[in-house]
Amino acid sequence: MRIGLEPRTAPSTLAQLGAPLIAFALMLITGAGLLWLLGRPALATLQVYFLSPLLDPFSRSEVVVKAIPLALIAAGLCVSFRSNVWNIGAAGQYTLGALAASALALSIGDSMNGPLMMALYLGAGLAGGLAWAAIPALLRTRFSTNEILVSLMLTYVATLLLDWAVRGPLRDPQAFGFPQSPSLPDAVILPVLVEGTRLHGGLLVVVPVAIGLWLLMRTSVLGFSLQVLGTAPRAGIFAGFARNRAVWVGLGLSGALAGLAGAIEVSATIGKLQPDISAVYGFTAIIVAFLARLNPAGALIGALVLAVTFIGGENAQIELQLPRNVTNMFQGLLLFFLLAAETLTRYRVVLRRAPRALAPDIDPGGAAPQPQAEAR
Amino acid sequence: MEAFLISVMVAATPFLFAGIGELVAERSGVLNLGVEGMMLVGAVAGFATTFATGSPWLGIGAGALAGVALAAVFAGVSIYLMANQAATGLALTIFGIGTSGLVGQPYVGQTVVPLAQLDFWGADATGMLGRVLFGQDPMVYAGLILCAAVGVMLKSTRLGLRLRAVGDNPAAAHAMGISVRGTRALAVLFGGACAGIGGAYLSLVYTPMWGENMTAGRGWIAVALVVFATWRPTRLVAGAFLFAAFTNAQFYGQNIGLAVPAQVLAMVPYLMTIVALVLISRNPVLARANAPAAIGQPFNPDR
Repeated sequence: MRIGLEPRTAPSTLAQLGAPLIAFALMLITGAGLLWLLGRPALATLQVYFLSPLLDPFSRSEVVVKAIPLALIAAGLCVSFRSNVWNIGAAGQYTLGALAASALALSIGDSMNGPLMMALYLGAGLAGGLAWAAIPALLRTRFSTNEILVSLMLTYVATLLLDWAVRGPLRDPQAFGFPQSPSLPDAVILPVLVEGTRLHGGLLVVVPVAIGLWLLMRTSVLGFSLQVLGTAPRAGIFAGFARNRAVWVGLGLSGALAGLAGAIEVSATIGKLQPDISAVYGFTAIIVAFLARLNPAGALIGALVLAVTFIGGENAQIELQLPRNVTNMFQGLLLFFLLAAETLTRYRVVLRRAPRALAPDIDPGGAAPQPQAEAR
Repeated sequence: MEAFLISVMVAATPFLFAGIGELVAERSGVLNLGVEGMMLVGAVAGFATTFATGSPWLGIGAGALAGVALAAVFAGVSIYLMANQAATGLALTIFGIGTSGLVGQPYVGQTVVPLAQLDFWGADATGMLGRVLFGQDPMVYAGLILCAAVGVMLKSTRLGLRLRAVGDNPAAAHAMGISVRGTRALAVLFGGACAGIGGAYLSLVYTPMWGENMTAGRGWIAVALVVFATWRPTRLVAGAFLFAAFTNAQFYGQNIGLAVPAQVLAMVPYLMTIVALVLISRNPVLARANAPAAIGQPFNPDR
């Protein structure tokens, strides 16, 4: 008996919607099991991680604040991954966007004000991320270089660039030697939307972008071409869709949005540049994209789920003295189960009888194709 | 200078182990981005075991087992369930970071007895070169021997041929009766064991203590290293020392007279890898001759 995977003709809608839910449930069960094995309070941990962030209004607003950059990056990644362009370096593009925008804001200083300054700031964020993503895009289209590895390597280069900048040219001379930049000018600080919270104007950016990208993928020829090139590349080429354009659109869009997210996050929640600007969101956004089943609108919901785990992790650190890394444990488990569930929605598991030899004197390694009886 | 050279020998060893494991996995066609996670669980398992038993060798063994365990999950999801390998590897890394932090929490700030250094032929007395080359701990030499062994295996044995066949043309290998998924799974498990050993080396010898995220990106460098070495063990050894030299140069830069900012030195391994990637992929003939042709592509024996 051998277990084989056979593609389904069309996965049911129930399966498609249910897969993320099942993956989430499996993550909870497995995570609780691991915690119990390690002698930690499993149920209490789950409660702190997944329920406590939702219990009071300020916590809920913090969840949304965390979700904003995740959703922005993930929406772009959904488009990129759909066209089979694997931008794993969103964290680096995030960093470059933040760096470029902050450098621009700090060099202009207080001499410019108003919406134009904000537009320039955000635009620089877009441009920084776009430029950093253009490197793997160029190398992929011109030299067929694997964009996964290039974008990944550039993530580390970006982190080192940021480190050099905040200790060097952008260092705040009045910060007693701490590696950080001066505070960003007020004109680029995003306005707070709800008093008493940190909920900021980035929300007004991310929701239209996510919905817009969803519409792009659903209704435009470009979106269609990206999806065809992603799932059936040869069909796409026969249809005349340009593979190179898909690479540039996928990397460019996701890179620009990651850069924008970096600029927004630095402005809204940190207020200055420092070596740690939560670039890790660039990797978590990949999980968000898969949770959303590569649907840009779904990224809004997926980002909220992952944001809950971040806030829950901070709470668990205080209430249960658990290291912050436990968040990563849950996130990694979630991604594992999401990927497994994804396969099981596209494929059906069948049992096959082991192939029997057609003629006894043929090599029993089973090299020749055999008629196989399938057990369903 | 002597301190720098010794540090390079020691720093290269985790790269050698993690790199050779990843090289074997990638040669079989599986791109495992979870090296960082496997190194971390290896580090924490090794440290915890040595702390409990007092034996660094048991710790190294435990590190290998932890790496294998994590690699088994990766193999199941990416090879048998044919999930996207890059995403699965990322999940592995993130999970490994989290689980190692959780398991290692009670051990933060503790120390263990490290592996004793060897003393070949009275190395201590023969001056700087003798101390650098012959006075290291056993794992440094084990790493080099392992790389040599893998090189011989890949080039000259049937096992190596089977591995390369599975990585270059899985359909042909399958038609020959080779179990593609089985070979890949074994290669991934070997990669996990090696990554775990590399991690255990960090927590038992390099700095005999445990700290969250103590691999600090070395797993990613190992992935880069394999590509930089164009999937050949001899180049891997050279690359490991080169990368270790540049990574350590940021600490010793002033001592050896370099005026470049530390961050730029630290960037060099990554930039060198990008250059190497471009060089081998721009020429289709060169690319085919060097990279495992089917790397990253899931294989379904039923299609």
